[in-house]
Order: sequence, then C-alpha cells, then structure tokens
Amino acid sequence: MDFALSEEQQLLAESLRRFLEEECPVTTIRDLVVEHHGHDGGNWKALAELGVAGLLVPEEYGGSGLGMLDAVVAAEILGWGVAPGPFLATAVLAPMALLHGGSSEQQARWLPAIATGTSRIGAARNELVSMRDDAGVESRDGCLYGRSLMVIDAEDADHFLVCADGGRSLALVDAAASGLTRVALKTIDRTRGFAELELDGVEPVEWIGEAGSAEEVCQRVLDAGRIILAADILGASGRALEKAVAYAMERKQFERVIGSFQAVKHMCAEMVAELEPARSLVWYAGHAFDELPGESSTMACHAKSHLSEVGPFIVRTATEVHGGIGFTDEQNLHYWFKRVGVDRQLLGSPEAVRAEAARAQGWID
Amino acid sequence: MELSFGPEYEDFRQAVRKFAKDYRDQSPKQGAGVSAGQAGQQLKDWQKLLIEKGYAARTIPKEYGGYGADPDILKAVIIDEELNAGGVSRGIGGQGPEMLVPTLLEAGSDEQKERWIRPTLHGEIVWCQGYSEPGSGSDLASVQTRGVEDGDDFLITGQKIWTTTAAQSDMMFGLIRTEPDAKKHAGLSYILVPMDTPGIEVRPLGTMTGEAEFNEVFFNEARVPQSNVVGQRGEGWKIANATLVHERNMLASSGVLDGTLRGVIRLLESESMNGERMMDNPIFRDRLGQLQARTLAMKFHAMRMLTSRLKKESAGVAGLVTKLAGCEVSHQLTALAVDAMGELGVLYEQSPHERNRGRWQNQHMFTLGLIIGGGTAQIQKNIISERGLGMPREPKAQPAARE
Repeated sequence: MDFALSEEQQLLAESLRRFLEEECPVTTIRDLVVEHHGHDGGNWKALAELGVAGLLVPEEYGGSGLGMLDAVVAAEILGWGVAPGPFLATAVLAPMALLHGGSSEQQARWLPAIATGTSRIGAARNELVSMRDDAGVESRDGCLYGRSLMVIDAEDADHFLVCADGGRSLALVDAAASGLTRVALKTIDRTRGFAELELDGVEPVEWIGEAGSAEEVCQRVLDAGRIILAADILGASGRALEKAVAYAMERKQFERVIGSFQAVKHMCAEMVAELEPARSLVWYAGHAFDELPGESSTMACHAKSHLSEVGPFIVRTATEVHGGIGFTDEQNLHYWFKRVGVDRQLLGSPEAVRAEAARAQGWID
Repeated sequence: MELSFGPEYEDFRQAVRKFAKDYRDQSPKQGAGVSAGQAGQQLKDWQKLLIEKGYAARTIPKEYGGYGADPDILKAVIIDEELNAGGVSRGIGGQGPEMLVPTLLEAGSDEQKERWIRPTLHGEIVWCQGYSEPGSGSDLASVQTRGVEDGDDFLITGQKIWTTTAAQSDMMFGLIRTEPDAKKHAGLSYILVPMDTPGIEVRPLGTMTGEAEFNEVFFNEARVPQSNVVGQRGEGWKIANATLVHERNMLASSGVLDGTLRGVIRLLESESMNGERMMDNPIFRDRLGQLQARTLAMKFHAMRMLTSRLKKESAGVAGLVTKLAGCEVSHQLTALAVDAMGELGVLYEQSPHERNRGRWQNQHMFTLGLIIGGGTAQIQKNIISERGLGMPREPKAQPAARE
C-alpha cells in the first residue's frame, strides 16, 4: 500500500518546476503568445530534452516509457506554470492513439519524432464529445470530409490526429495536405493554440486502426485527455492558491496584513480543502488508466468533472483575495484563471462528462 | 503508487473474512463500533470474542485486557473493511475505548491503566467526555468548571454540555480548572470522575433531530480524589488535545461516506415522481454525479493520508482538511436524499409514508451537528490556514480604551 508519488515522480515535478521558473516565467510567456496563441518560442524543444514530449513513448522509440500517473505529474506542473506547448495533443493524445490503435510500423514511424519534440501533432477530436450541428468529419472512399472545431494544440502542428465518423475512425493527416484548411481560433487562454480544420477530401497519411471500428482507441484517447486536463487544472489552481496566500501575507490594510483577517484566511482554507482531496482523485485516475482497466473511463470522467468544478472555484477565489490588483492585466493572475476556464470546457463540460459517467455505471440506459 | 496491501496481508484478510462468515450468527445487529452504553450481554460476549481473535483492542497490551499485537495500520484497516463487508459488528467503540484508552496508555499511571482499561474494553465501564461548557465551545481552554482542593480530594463545581451518553455512563473524563492562579491553558487538569458521585446531576439535551443525543451535566461540590488526575495537575490541556485528534478522524470517516453514497444511489433508483424514476431525472442525476466524485475524492484522500501515517511522514496541509471537507460532503449527500423524495422528504416521527425509518431527515440534521461538533467548520478553517498555510493568527482583542 503506497498511495503517493514515487521519488522519481517527485524529482520529475521538481526539475520541471525549476525549468519553468527559470526559463519560462509568465512574463516571458506573455510576450511569446501576444500574436500566436500557444507559441512556445522553442521551449517545447527544451521540454522535450527534459523528457516531457516522450514521457509516454516507449524506450525503444526514444521515449521514457512512463505511465499515465507520470504524465499527470508533468501536466500538473505545466498547468502550474501555464506553460505553452503541445503537451496534451502531441505528448499524450497522439502517442495514446498510436500505442493503443496503431501497428508497430506506424509506431516506429511517428513516435521517435514525437519524443524528440521535432514533430508536433494537433488533435481534431470533437467528434468524440460535444459536437456542434455545423461541424463533423466523415470518411468516404479513404478520404476525410467535413469540419472540426476547437482543434487542440494546432499552433505550429505539422500533423493532425483526426477523429471521424462519430468516433469510429481515427486518422493522421499532414497539415500541408491538399484539401485541408486551417483557421486559427482565439480563446481567452493565449497559452494554447486552437484552430478549426476544414477537410475537403483529405487523404490521411495513416489510418489508426480500421476506419469505422476505432471506437476503443478513441475512448482510450478521450480518457487520457480528460485525466491530463484534470491534472492541468490541479496545477493551475494550485498555483493560484499559492499566489493568493503569498499576496495575503504581504498586502496590508487597516495596519495589518490581510492574511490575518479571518475572512481572508477562511477563503484560503476553503480553497485548499477543495484542492487536496481533488489531488488524490486525480492521482487515482492516473493510476487507474494503466492499472485498473475496469475503472479507467469512469475515473477519468470523475477527475475531469470534479476538477472542472474545483478549479474555477479556486481561481476565482484567489482572484478575489488579490482584490482589485487581481483583476488587472499586468498582475498576470488571469493567465491561470483563463487556463482553468478553457480546461473546464474541453473534452466535455462537467455536466456532459457526468452524464457519460452515469451511463458507464448503468445508472441510465 | 501501489494499492494492494501485498501478499503478507492477503492471508490476514482471508482469516478475518473467514471469521466474519463463520461467526456471523453470534454477532449483534449493531454494525459499527457502538458505544458501550447501549451494550447488551450479546455485544459484550461478541467484544470478548473479537479481542480473543485480535479483531478488537488489537494493540492494547495483554496485561490490560487487549490482544497485545504490535501496531499495524494496514491490519487495522483490513479488520475494519472485512467486518463491515461481512455484516458483523465491529464491537464496542465510543469514547471509552477510542478516546480514553489511548490517553491512559500515553499519560496514565500504572495504577490507572490497571484499573480502567480492561473493564472499559469489555464494556463493563461506560465513559463520557466532559470537555465543552456553555461558555466554552470553540474556545475550549476557557473552561470554568472548577476543582477546589479539599484535603486529598477536589470539590468540583460547574457545568458541562454536549456530553454524549452521560446518562448511561459510569465515568467521565473531563477538563477541570484546578489551578485558578495559572494561565488559561496551564490551569486545567484531566480528571476521571465517577458519575454516581453525590452532587452530579445529568439532564438530557434534546437536539433538532428530536432525539437527545447529548446531555448537560451539573456539578455541585462533587468530591473526587486527586489521585484521579491523569498526568500531572495543570497538564490537562495537552492531554485533552491528544485525544481530540482521534475524535476528528472518527467524525469524518470515508467509509461512512461511501455507505451514505450507496444509500442515496439506491434511493434515486427506487423513488419516482410523475412517473419518472428520480435517477432518470437529469438534474438529480447530475447532483448525484457531483457528490459521487466528491465522495471518491475523500476516499482516495483517506488512502493518501493512510500512506503518510504508514511512512510516519507529515501529510502537511492535506492532513488538516479531512474533517471540514468530509462533513460537508456528508451533509450534502443527505440533502440530496431529502430532495429526491420531494414533498414526502419532510416526513418524520414514524409518519406513514416515511422512507428508511426517517433516516435521511435525521442524518441531514445530524450531519449539520457534525459540521459544528468536534471543532466547528470555522475553527477548522483557522487551523488549516494557520497551521497548514502558515497564515498569521487572529490578533488578540485589545482591551477597550479608557475614557
């Protein structure tokens, strides 16, 4: 019985935290993402050298061959630092698709470039959840047609993972393929790049699994994405809490630091009382993804939906602790607020995710 | 991350499971460790059997009537899980075995241990806790009930409140001010008081649930020997605080939450309104989903805290949030159950159409009491922010300026 992070996992977190603090503070991030949302200014390459890009890639393909809980640890710190870079789509969703649905030839073709940070793969996956009426991708005669909205990590992507046919088909598409149009979408969160893809007879470079029967791998990809988003929220809201406590200890009003007022202390206590049990849930979901297949999907839903409630509560409360200054642009606190805001909506709003969990448990048909 | 207890514990688990199955007929109905105050002969016999097998009083030394095993948290967890799962009683619990006995083992004299522990474990002596007073709730160290020295005795005068099982108790362990000249915290002693002492009167204290879960206890020059002080005179605050830790963990057990959640799920599946099962109503189902995630978070959090204890590491601020977060989830679960019954959710007092013998309304009110008892939510928030986050204490009130 050892419900805790290993020494290696703690070291991973520590080295990542140090890297982000030194090389990629929020003041640097601000400048990087002014024009291009999600632009990382070369930091992804540096993160790849630290092993972040190839975390889930097996050692034989140049990665570290680690598990989902390790990815959770990394995602938490990336959220903590509101780090730009295509961790979710390139380092998690694409490797999960290839490892759970791809042939060994496909794995050998794509995984090494992912692990070194040379290839960046975006994820067009809103076939899986919350598809809009005016979107959708279908496969016909070996080509893809339609439109995918809110494509994740689209900035600088050289390829896209594309879900089609209502989550029954999965393909890799070259970003420069003929028939493919990419339009950048801007969200409140500049640290990540989103796009809309228009596919008009795009021939994929790979089909992952057989077109029309890739449901299982799609589900794995979705579960992984939800767990990583939950971990991102955990890190981002944890940092907002750290900032609120630090600010409350230095800001003085009425000749006292405001952190000595119970009204303020209690806000901080409420935040941490929500955050710490939520951390335990995210760890469990990460562990379950690799070790407890029967619980994996439901736990991914619980982690995603719960953190999507806890995270916004914390970033909003942390902003309130800062008072007026927390609302200003220059204080930068809003980077965490916005990161959490986007995480909450991605891969299913909490209500949608809970409805899935209810079906998965047989509460409803 | 390793969630299995390992092969060395699997044998132990199988043994406890077999015991629960083989002896099920002998177990009294009460599920969890009920207080000895309600203990009939069957429960006392069952408790004796549990101790013989090492499934109760496991780590209490043999010389004091326990089983005498080395402390092993995982075995304790396994015993708890398997007796619960097997539907048999966990034996006698409550404030004697769970709060007084650990205190005596830590701070009692040999004579006190010899005299009190064995009969307490076996349900022969029932205890109540005399801490809170009408004027001393959150500010517990301000208790005023005083023990005035009179020869070898103290004459105790004052009033205690929120005293669970006082009417059934043989003894009280209480905080009494014996050193009137010492500073607030240094003036208290931890004293064992026989409840049949002349000058003690117990009055039941009804609560909003309609039951009298608590009592008030009045002292009028009740004579208690000074040898009944545990530890030294004036050490009472330190000694009482050690046991309050046990109480807070007792109040927010994640196993209880899990059981409550299962009950709410069954309720939503069995209740229906306007021809629709409550579980088929997306609004109720969504509320249930939210609370399920919170309940699971508390369950996994308890596993994380257990790991810290096993490694003898401090859990930091994460270790301080259990009571606050757990009691809140518990209250919200019962609120959902009441709502799911609609208008019928308000039925009580064995009314026709009442569900689960009024369990949900009763628990809804009782869990509000848990949010307040054992250190209010607000006191918990002070502890979390001060000890956990390192924030400053509330400055002491300034005396009013003189004209």
